[in-house]
Amino acid sequence: MDAALLLGLYRQMTLCRRFEEAAARAYQQGKVRGFLHLCIGQEAVAVGAISAAAPTDYIVATYREHAHYLARTDDARGAMAELYGKATGCVGGRGGSMHLFDASKRFLGGWAIVGGHVPIAAGVAFASKYRDEPDVTLCFFGDGTANQGAFHEGLALASLWKLPVVFICENNMYAMGTPLYRTLAVEDVAIRARGYPIEAEIVNGDDVLEMREAVRHAVERTRKTKEPFFLEAKTYRFRGHSMSDPAKYRTREEVAEWMKRDPIFMLGERMGTLGIATPEQLAAVDEEVKAVVRDAVEFAESSPEPALETVEDHVES
Amino acid sequence: MSSPEPRVLTFREALREAMVEEMERDASIVLLGEEVGEYNGAYKVSEGMLKRFGERRVVDTPIAETGFAGVGIGAAMVGLRPIVEFMTWNFSLVAYDQIVNNAAKLRYMTNGQFTLAIVFRGPAGAAHALSAQHSQAVESLYAHVPGLKVVVPSTPGDGKGLLKAAIRDDNPVCFLESETMYALKGEVPGGEHVIPLGVAEVKRPGRDLTLVTWGKMIHMAMKAAEALAAEAIDVEILDLRTIRPLDRAAVLSSVRRTHRLLVVQEGWPFAGVAAEIVALATTEAFDELDAPPARITNLDVPMPFATNLEQAVLPSVPRVVEAARRLVGRTS
Repeated sequence: MDAALLLGLYRQMTLCRRFEEAAARAYQQGKVRGFLHLCIGQEAVAVGAISAAAPTDYIVATYREHAHYLARTDDARGAMAELYGKATGCVGGRGGSMHLFDASKRFLGGWAIVGGHVPIAAGVAFASKYRDEPDVTLCFFGDGTANQGAFHEGLALASLWKLPVVFICENNMYAMGTPLYRTLAVEDVAIRARGYPIEAEIVNGDDVLEMREAVRHAVERTRKTKEPFFLEAKTYRFRGHSMSDPAKYRTREEVAEWMKRDPIFMLGERMGTLGIATPEQLAAVDEEVKAVVRDAVEFAESSPEPALETVEDHVES
Repeated sequence: MSSPEPRVLTFREALREAMVEEMERDASIVLLGEEVGEYNGAYKVSEGMLKRFGERRVVDTPIAETGFAGVGIGAAMVGLRPIVEFMTWNFSLVAYDQIVNNAAKLRYMTNGQFTLAIVFRGPAGAAHALSAQHSQAVESLYAHVPGLKVVVPSTPGDGKGLLKAAIRDDNPVCFLESETMYALKGEVPGGEHVIPLGVAEVKRPGRDLTLVTWGKMIHMAMKAAEALAAEAIDVEILDLRTIRPLDRAAVLSSVRRTHRLLVVQEGWPFAGVAAEIVALATTEAFDELDAPPARITNLDVPMPFATNLEQAVLPSVPRVVEAARRLVGRTS
């Protein structure tokens, strides 16, 4: 096992966790407004997947994308300032939590209509293929997307035209507050993909190494064959759908059971067992990312609001 | 490659020439849509383009408007300049989320990190006896949305010049053609012919009232103006050509000359483009108006099938003539 790699993944997941905890506090203080969708508990999916892609591969994600953004950009300041709606936010206070973008890092959103970004990801891959470029597009979405028309059209076109996109379903078992068994007629979302046909695998999304390995394989294969691939990552979100959701549709016992499989905790345990990191070293990583998050919060709080005279900028040219 | 001399072309030939010339010039342009390739276009606008450019650049799509509109948007995000053909704009409503929520918002929502050079085009409005789901004029639906440009050409020459400008534009453009106009012939200027978006044109100068319209309604309005000329009512016809951005100066300048405004719009009246033009004149040139501005639009109903009912719903020469008479104080 590569110690530096594991420590890096541990750090990234911890950064996402501490970042979102700070965002939740700021939300409760009224400093962050709008919708705030946390992925606490699901960090291994984004971190494992994005660590397996080349930095030039495109990332297209949803409104629950803080972890994806941080995993690709490491830009806690830009993300936190965006949540605060500040001029220094990664999109200048135009998008907020649901619309993080960084063109320079090929982080292509931040989309907030369920499923609407799936054909867009196929289009990005279409352009890569058209220009004969090696890049693969990673498209993330939740299990709730699996019944949306745009999802099916995106998969159908990606399969028909053999577009280099890796679809990654983050199956946290709830489409907002409705359990999957009440919204999906199949047990696994992967079954849907196979009908197109797109090769699909199911992976433990709470195991960052398994996630990374599955995506590494998928990206390599897709880069070579130019054909899409589908991964369904089984995971669990510890918090509600958004900050306004107390998640009363789940029992305490269910949540507690899943929290035993906390992806950060599990990786820490593994690193201890393998003799890669002591509890003290892991605590030091935590302290380091806490400082990064504190800095991001201070940066966001001290940043100016967007200038009023810019409100009509960037509508069109 | 274009002929240096002006020629008479059909509307569909002029549109094709615009696409072909631009695709010859710029390898990042692709054409996507239902039947655009092997079938040579549902209305033959793209006839011969598959043969010329190959299936890499002229891409037949399944019947999946959400999917292929979204693919166009994604490809445009990373630098292609897609032309997405809707077999009719009625089908664009299936992709309304893609156009309104994604294409129109991207530049603003990303603080200018992304631009989106994409053209959505195809026929809009009523043809003949296609009833409620295939006869919709959609300019009001799209012009309502900041971040979109909306272009409606009325002649083959304008069709070519405006489509070339739309393809070169770095914003999403909704380009609304007309099934009933594809065979219409008209002179197309020779050489490089590009008409800037957002510039209206006086199609017929006149003193007594300003008739603002666009697209195929121009041709009906010209007939109405001839009939009115016989009654010594001199109508100025202003062709907007681009609905958004609106050439406000051209509207106001004409209204300030004639002091009367009639807007003719295919499509429903409620919250429509015609209402916007009337609002512009009344808020910016109120003191110049000698009569309350008037609108002629579709009746406020879904399109019926029966020919007599369809004709009653659409703006027509008699309705325009009557409205013009009333505006200048003549009662028939």
